[in-house]
Amino acid sequence: MAHSNWAEWIYLGVVTALLVYVGAEAWNVERIIDHAPEDAEIIKVTAQQWLWTFEHEDGTKEVGELHLKKDHAYKFELTSKDVIHNFNIPEYVVLLDAVPGRVNTVWFSPNEVGEFDIQCREYCGLIHYNMRALLIVEDV
Amino acid sequence: MVLELARPRPIWQVMFSTHHTDVGLMYLIFSLLAMFVGGAMAIALRVELFAPGAQLIQDSMTFNRLFTAHGTTMIFLFLLPSASAVGNYLVPIMVRYKDMAYPKLNAIAFWMIPPAAALVWLGMADFGWYANPPYSVISAPAPAAEMWIFGLKMLGVSSILSSINFVVTIMKCKHPDMSLGKVPLLGWSFLSSSIIVLAAMPTFAAALLMLLTDRLGASGFFNPAVGGDPIAYSHLFWFTFHPEVYVLVIPAIGMMYEIIPRFSRRPIFSHSSGVAAFIILSIVAFASWAHHMFATGMSFTEKTVFMVGTLAAVPASAMHVFNFLATMWNGRIKFATPMMWAVGGIALFFAAGAGGVVNTAMPLDFITHDSYWVVGHFHLFVFGTIAFGTIGFVYYLFPYITGRMYNEKWGVVHFILAFVGACITFFTQHILGLFGMPRRIYDYPEIPEWVSMNALISVGAMIILVGMVIFLANLIYSSAKGKPANLEDPFGLGGKYYYPFSQRNPHHGDGGY
Repeated sequence: MAHSNWAEWIYLGVVTALLVYVGAEAWNVERIIDHAPEDAEIIKVTAQQWLWTFEHEDGTKEVGELHLKKDHAYKFELTSKDVIHNFNIPEYVVLLDAVPGRVNTVWFSPNEVGEFDIQCREYCGLIHYNMRALLIVEDV
Repeated sequence: MVLELARPRPIWQVMFSTHHTDVGLMYLIFSLLAMFVGGAMAIALRVELFAPGAQLIQDSMTFNRLFTAHGTTMIFLFLLPSASAVGNYLVPIMVRYKDMAYPKLNAIAFWMIPPAAALVWLGMADFGWYANPPYSVISAPAPAAEMWIFGLKMLGVSSILSSINFVVTIMKCKHPDMSLGKVPLLGWSFLSSSIIVLAAMPTFAAALLMLLTDRLGASGFFNPAVGGDPIAYSHLFWFTFHPEVYVLVIPAIGMMYEIIPRFSRRPIFSHSSGVAAFIILSIVAFASWAHHMFATGMSFTEKTVFMVGTLAAVPASAMHVFNFLATMWNGRIKFATPMMWAVGGIALFFAAGAGGVVNTAMPLDFITHDSYWVVGHFHLFVFGTIAFGTIGFVYYLFPYITGRMYNEKWGVVHFILAFVGACITFFTQHILGLFGMPRRIYDYPEIPEWVSMNALISVGAMIILVGMVIFLANLIYSSAKGKPANLEDPFGLGGKYYYPFSQRNPHHGDGGY
């Protein structure tokens, strides 16, 4: 093509610079939040059609409800008994698949007392829409 | 005019013809039919979600079957065939050949689609359009799942056959005087999307077969109960279907490359930059599939690789947008209906792409993943960009196919309703996703934000519905009773220069078709 494309090159440079910035920021944040703190308490989460079971480190089990302490780090070990589910606490941006045959880990540290929704975010069949549990964060 | 049916003929002569314009017409009519069927399903889903509790649909199984059929219909029975329709009409003419390279294969590829559609629509599987195992292996009811698998198998073979045809027509049958670089951008878009299909589709064909034998109990590739790995299916599936997104969007961009220079009354800003962007897109299409799978428990390194691969697709898409805007700049633009659809499509393409950057930035993906944000995001692509380009092109081809003019006023009304409806529906879905609503749910708790946003989304969908009813009426009425079109210049742009294919194809004789 005979005509000059300098405007397009500048535009592409700007777009690419923005993308590099977004990518670098994302990489930097994910690098930090990818690793759970060492003192995090482990909660074993088992998903099945269509309910959640939680097992604390001391062996106590809860079904459909999860009691946690404020300002305390928790690491969830997720697995599933049947199909793929997704463990999600929207208010705290906790989200990871519970895959049968695998253990996935995700961590968080609740900083507010109250009741929060836990829901399944991966389609898992008939009652997927109502596969919910309650997170209760208590002050100690 | 070369696209017109030359004379009234009995319908079976059109149906069993192998001529590219006849097959194109079959593709076009079938894909529009599928669009209305899939659209009706979407409306049923939106009526159900208008408020918490059961509205129209009384059980979640029916809802699950409907969203599966809606997704499958729109992608495989509307968007893919409508692209083939445009390709069939224009690719042979653009490379100045008498027909597609393999006319019979072309007709066979089309005729595999209606039986596949029957399997999908009669079966009504319930596992979502990506049939995620182990749900699809151990839980999904038969025979719906098997019918879906066989239907998709046929659709995959059909798209491989039609892609072979496009590649051979463009590479081998183009006029000897025409170098590959001179092939119009619409032709280039079919070349690149067909090559992507040929590279990507066999993987899904294999995955479908493995899924079928898993369901029959003969194997356990994806069933963890017998040592398989469901995540393997996700990799195979998305290795095909992330590139498939480009297979759908590239022809739509090609259609915009036809519309925008004509109605701006300027040549395209840069042909070579369009070609380069198509080539880059068809390569980077294969570098980003696992960005759909960040939440399956991928390692930090894997996530980083696929984030970079995904971001790499953005500059090439941005090149297309630049090319469109630079063509329109200082142009004498005529905002007839096709141009409105194309420009609206570019605007929504930009919005969809910006949302995609958010999705792929790793920490943000864990906010948006599997929420209504994602639903809004990909609908901005499939409806806002691809369907907008396609519908605009249907209006553009209408006078050439029927010899009559569509009703311009109602075409504009259709566009305004669809554009406003799309903005209300899909942008609100983004926000609803940020409030944590998961996709694919039949019912939802009475969270005030969810209730009000769902009602708004359903109203937006109804606005689109009104537009589509007007579209259907306009198509039917105008093809029978519309004003005869001036085929030298149907859109009143002045100057034949802007209609490259109104020159009679020397292979087509005097009969016109």
